[in-house]
Amino acid sequence: MFHRFAMAIALLAALPAKADTPQQLLDRYAAQARTEVAAYPGPSASAGNRFFHARHSDWSCASCHTADPSTPGKHVVTGKPIAPLAPTANAQRFRDPARVEKWFKRNCSDTLRRTCTSAEKADVLAYLLSAKGGA
Amino acid sequence: MIHTLHSSVITIAIRALGATLAIATTAAQAAAPTPASASTYQEECGSCHTAYPARFLKPADWTTVLGTLDRHYGADATLDATAAGEVARHLGVGSPPANVPAATALPRITRSGWFVHEHDEISAATFKSSAVRSAANCSACHTGADRGDFDEHSIRMPQGTRHE
Repeated sequence: MFHRFAMAIALLAALPAKADTPQQLLDRYAAQARTEVAAYPGPSASAGNRFFHARHSDWSCASCHTADPSTPGKHVVTGKPIAPLAPTANAQRFRDPARVEKWFKRNCSDTLRRTCTSAEKADVLAYLLSAKGGA
Repeated sequence: MIHTLHSSVITIAIRALGATLAIATTAAQAAAPTPASASTYQEECGSCHTAYPARFLKPADWTTVLGTLDRHYGADATLDATAAGEVARHLGVGSPPANVPAATALPRITRSGWFVHEHDEISAATFKSSAVRSAANCSACHTGADRGDFDEHSIRMPQGTRHE
């Protein structure tokens, strides 16, 4: 039991350090998608654009992050201000993989009533990286 | 394949850590908030709504809220074990029960007697106005809400709304 736990800690320590660039996160989601989808065509900013603005339920991503993700958003229910989502406008975004996963989990659950696929995450990130900064 | 192995081992490690923390949290029930717990509370809860002060709900009600984060007023607000422990600590409660019955009504700050009394001169139209939207949007009027300051002197009613 202890041996197993020690091994887990050793493996954790061996993982690459966090604080990545958004492009590295995008590459990792795309690499993951390649293992999940046969003939994965690669990330697409235009598919991400459609996904971001589509109403998946009562909500779309844009419901809170607004139609222009390089501008500040507002929580559609509580009115709480949300900092711009696009990394081109907000250097804090998409740097910490665990944080990014946490928000994809919560927000996909709320908006799509399911988890998002790696391909969808890669597409959205490709779209956000193409969004004009400081608009 | 290696990635999958990593994931499952990490899951085991996180669960083990989570269980340890859960035990520690129960033992240290109602431990005092720390700067770390305040920061976690602000990040995990205050990203979507005002980081409501602990005094706004009774401890038993906070426990219900923390035990139902998968159905958090229409949103998924689930936390990992570490964050859940910090949030519970910040709110001055112990670990939430593992399974809160699905039919359990969620507590509402806005239906608390003190809240209704304090806001009895604010019209429903003001709460629904575009500047406010929701009674959960404290900072629309309470300019110090994000710092836990709800002093009457810090109130600034948005344009077009009235304090009757």
